[in-house]
Amino acid sequence: MDGKVIVITSGKGGVGKTTTTANIGTGLAKLGNKVALIDADIGLRNLDVVLGLENRIVYDIVNVVEEQCRLEQALIKDKRYNSLCLLPAAQTRDKTAIAPEQMEELCNCLKEDFDYVIVDSPAGIEQGFQNAIAGADDAIIVTTPEVSAIRDADRIIGMLEAEGIKEPEVIINRMRMDMVEKGDMMDIDDMIEILAIKLLGVVPDDEQIVVSTNRGEPIILSSDKAKAGQAFENIARRVIGDKVPLMSLEDSFVDRFKRIIGLG
Amino acid sequence: MLEAIKNFFKDEEDSKDVAKERLELVLVHDRINISPETLEDMKGELIEVVSKYVQIEESRLEINLAQDDRMIAIKANIPVKGQK
Repeated sequence: MDGKVIVITSGKGGVGKTTTTANIGTGLAKLGNKVALIDADIGLRNLDVVLGLENRIVYDIVNVVEEQCRLEQALIKDKRYNSLCLLPAAQTRDKTAIAPEQMEELCNCLKEDFDYVIVDSPAGIEQGFQNAIAGADDAIIVTTPEVSAIRDADRIIGMLEAEGIKEPEVIINRMRMDMVEKGDMMDIDDMIEILAIKLLGVVPDDEQIVVSTNRGEPIILSSDKAKAGQAFENIARRVIGDKVPLMSLEDSFVDRFKRIIGLG
Repeated sequence: MLEAIKNFFKDEEDSKDVAKERLELVLVHDRINISPETLEDMKGELIEVVSKYVQIEESRLEINLAQDDRMIAIKANIPVKGQK
């Protein structure tokens, strides 16, 4: 098998990379793919808690590159999908604990057994970023609709192109249609025009994300079809090549009515 | 409709338009990383070169960076007064 390595990255921190990684990974597994997630944010491990796998960790990525365990021993199987695995970050080490060549080798190894290897990168352009993109075939940039996040995303797009990752795609996270309507938030067209990059998806700002993170259960699995969950599902389908139109993020009349009477 | 009427009476620009304008400016400078001094130097030399051939209005010469897809273009607007 020759899987694809996709790095999920951003310029600014706190834009929702880890949540995005967890949801795309789970979504791809749900669609029947074998998926390995790598938490490349060494020192600040977090993908494990978002996935609800924190109490299963024995070995981590640094143990693997330092040959204290085999790669298979460090891979944690997801509770819900057998075909989804996590390679956790080390928490007690720093970003220099692995080298880009080691990351590349790791990705190449995982590619043989998995359809998709998704790397959750640390924010910014320091050493951690260089490591995270070392073995990547494609990149997804996560940004929010604020000036600072978009500016930093643009820097990352430039860096990725310089590193030979052509045509990265962007996910705009935490979109608030009520603010767009008032003219207080840039709309999707504005942002895509400025960044001049392909749009992979838009995720609405949704308080259910907080709830799902609290529970360690990616929102894509929630049964009540939260809009953010639906957005991630569409994104996962676009990653495997399906043509899925952008969903409408505007509140329907029913949604508004429900909110007014306190049901939504 | 209500929004449109509200916007009509509002003289303040929407904050999203301000954001877009500021971002565009910041990004073209980020992308090519030219300092304002270099841009000034370039302007000076341009004036020199063009003045060899035509009379120009130096005070109104404008040199700007603009975005075209992910490419950055340097756009110079040089008002010509007449032949040399």
